[in-house]
Amino acid sequence: MRPVRAHPLRRFILRRLALGVLTLFLVSVLVFAATEALPGNAARAVLGRNATPAALASLETKLHLDRPVWVQYELWLGGVLSGRPGRSLVNGEKVLAQVAPRIRNSAVLLTLAGLFGVPLALLAGIVAATRRDGAFDASVSTIALALAALPEFVVGIFLVILLATTVIHWLPPVSLVPPGTSVLARPRILVLPVLTLMLVIFPYIFRMMRGSMAEILESDYIEMARLKGLGQRRLVMLHALPNAIAPVIQVIALTFAYLAGGVVLVEYVFAYPGIGQGLVEAIFARDIPVIQFDVVVLAGFYVSLNIVADLLAVLATPRLRTAG
Amino acid sequence: MTGTSPGNAVLEAVDLSVAIVGTTITVVEPTSFSLAPGEILGLVGESGSGKTTLGLALLAHHRRGLRLSGGRVLIRGQDLLRIPPDQLPARRRGLIRYVPQNPGTALNPGLRIGTQLAECFATPPANGNDHLLALLEDVKLPPTPALLRAYPHQLSGGQQQRVAIAMAFAERPPVIVMDEPTTGLDVTTQAHVLQTVRQLCARHAVAALYVSHDLAVVATLAHRVAVMYAGRVVELGPTGRVLHQPAHPYTRALIEAVPDLDRRTAVAGIAGQAPEPARRPAGCAFAPRCALALDACRAEPPALAAIDTDHLVACLRPTSGRSAPAPPSSSPVPGASALPALEVRNISARHGATVVLHGASFSVSPQTCVALVGESGSGKTTLGQIIAGLHHDWDGDILLGGAPLAHRSAQRSAAQRCHIQYIFQNPYSSFNPRRRIGESIAMAVRAFESPSASDLRRRVAEALDMVALPREAASRYPHQLSGGQRQRAAIARALITGPKLLICDEITSALDVSVQAVIVRLLARLQQEHGLSLLFITHNLALVRSIAQHVLVMHGGRIIESEPVDQVLDAPQQSQTRRLLADAPRFSAAPVTLGVGDG
Repeated sequence: MRPVRAHPLRRFILRRLALGVLTLFLVSVLVFAATEALPGNAARAVLGRNATPAALASLETKLHLDRPVWVQYELWLGGVLSGRPGRSLVNGEKVLAQVAPRIRNSAVLLTLAGLFGVPLALLAGIVAATRRDGAFDASVSTIALALAALPEFVVGIFLVILLATTVIHWLPPVSLVPPGTSVLARPRILVLPVLTLMLVIFPYIFRMMRGSMAEILESDYIEMARLKGLGQRRLVMLHALPNAIAPVIQVIALTFAYLAGGVVLVEYVFAYPGIGQGLVEAIFARDIPVIQFDVVVLAGFYVSLNIVADLLAVLATPRLRTAG
Repeated sequence: MTGTSPGNAVLEAVDLSVAIVGTTITVVEPTSFSLAPGEILGLVGESGSGKTTLGLALLAHHRRGLRLSGGRVLIRGQDLLRIPPDQLPARRRGLIRYVPQNPGTALNPGLRIGTQLAECFATPPANGNDHLLALLEDVKLPPTPALLRAYPHQLSGGQQQRVAIAMAFAERPPVIVMDEPTTGLDVTTQAHVLQTVRQLCARHAVAALYVSHDLAVVATLAHRVAVMYAGRVVELGPTGRVLHQPAHPYTRALIEAVPDLDRRTAVAGIAGQAPEPARRPAGCAFAPRCALALDACRAEPPALAAIDTDHLVACLRPTSGRSAPAPPSSSPVPGASALPALEVRNISARHGATVVLHGASFSVSPQTCVALVGESGSGKTTLGQIIAGLHHDWDGDILLGGAPLAHRSAQRSAAQRCHIQYIFQNPYSSFNPRRRIGESIAMAVRAFESPSASDLRRRVAEALDMVALPREAASRYPHQLSGGQRQRAAIARALITGPKLLICDEITSALDVSVQAVIVRLLARLQQEHGLSLLFITHNLALVRSIAQHVLVMHGGRIIESEPVDQVLDAPQQSQTRRLLADAPRFSAAPVTLGVGDG
């Protein structure tokens, strides 16, 4: 008798989760090493050149800088895992309380960009592939190439010039939010950052969808379905799309993972109170606990996004899904 | 009746032609023929002859880069080529259907079999699944809901092809085009699929165009045969007439290239190559390769004209009758007295946890060709790879010239490795595309010694001479050679190390019959002139008769029969051997006549 094996899909998920945890652990070590264990003194970096020895000593004790490195790491990791990643060195607020609204704001930004941007790019890719070398395909492909060549802050500034300051004055050029209020209460300030991110993610997803779809449309089984007399809509949406989507899912995930970093620039351009802008401020202020926590959160987002993408890609491919 | 009179024709193609987009270069020259209800017309030709293009043109369809450049396709009075593109899919589906060459790629990997079957109907059948199950039963698949829920990758190649056939027959269209639907299936599966096709066409009076490169398959299936060469139908007539009394020189040459399962013939290749569409001569495209060609043949292409009732030929000098088959070129070489070139004793082998060979023993005498035949999965290729040192997980002994061989080729002596050479099935993928042919051949020598550049050049040139390739071939890239030339280059690469034993793994299965004949003759000559022993792995039993002296039949990882070739083919001892022989399509099959139902 063969031993009873776990369902292959469950095994796959468990393995990916284990690898994800390992990745996060390595990230935490790197972040910690980069911010705390490097030469130089964190307390001096925070307090500046003119700090008194007494103040330095007290801060060092507070930050556990007098303990061995691994103990410091253990204390820090324990804090992060138990949801108490310490206090800000700048204003003494709890890190979590300071970062949580920013995470929420960034999440709103990314979700909206994804909700509008991904379907738009997918749809454009599908249409371009079905009318390959037509006018739509040619023009959108050219625009996508141009967008891919521009850094995201240039796209953002261009939109500000176009829609907020110089050409037409429809929208606020910066996305200032009074502390304690939700960004969702002011949809107008969301428009420009969301639009910028939509344009930033468009080219990669569009090009991948177009390429993948064009390849599938050339395949034997699409020719076969065509000869069977199926309508164009069923052909594209039922026969081609499910087979074309798997590689695109990976690219969407990679794009968003990249955005988790790219959002820093866009938020900075619009002064949007998200995690990216928070990270930039923390770096300027040498607010080490905030930097560490922000980076770990972004890494966690990156890792979970990749796991979800792999899982979706498997679910979209019957051959992988039913492999035993 | 053979259905040439337009009166009862269900399909009529009139001056149908296909050209390359943006040019006047024609891939299919204006072609006319008709199909009677229930009639199967075999369309044969070698690669590049335009047979698939013509088949698709009947559906008013073409591959990217081509265009339908003229003519009419009338089915039930409707001209498919005049239907506006937006209405074509909906109106074509009830008139003509298509069975693809490779069901592995023609079924959608992302959709269940049931879904793909159901959408073959313009309106969903009233009794839903029962109707689909009946379709499965029609093509002799198990009519179970589990099969409807399966995805294509969960089916075998033969089952996939049956599903594709079920899809084509679903709405009982008057016409079906089948594009080499049994290529890639083993003979037993092929025989079953062909029988299903024959029965379905007869039962539902469906006319079929059966596109194939395999004359033996067409001989067993078709009522009439059309032979295509360089975009033209050069001969068209009843199957028995065309195959046994061919009138066109090309048809005759093609038939002489086909090995015959029932008697030993010296297969003859056709010198030269078919011209590409852009380089077709002004006159008869076959004239440059034709021994009978006159000046008039080169002036303008002869029209298809009747030489007898229903028998049309496009030739100024049609011949009647088939020349007597040439006597065998090589008499069986005795060599049993000498020490065997290769001796395999009690080999058992595994792929992972699966045992794939169970104690196989045989020997190969010097200067002898031993054929290794059997169904796919019987262990033929594994045995060949073990001898070549490419598969390592085995027990037993292999002696080459009396000396034992190590498991891995890397552990064998340089001389031993030189003495065993392996030729792969597919000449399209066995050469590095970025390396010139000469460099690839020289690599085989460099692995063992470091000769001077001039010495190496001389030896490469000699190896090319042996396989009758021009020496210039050394400076060509693989894509610049035809399939047959590439396979000859592969043989040159094997010969350059001075081997004693060549292992040939299905080396002609990717080639046209005329090219296969050239390769087979080449191997027979090398065997005699250079004292080579051959281990010839194949599923083509007819070919065995033409090349081998001794046959090993494999079944389920065992050698079940090991006898001289005539004994195995004429008086098989094992039931599995008898079944293989019975399933092999026979070239000399009794002519099929329309109206005699066999289903």
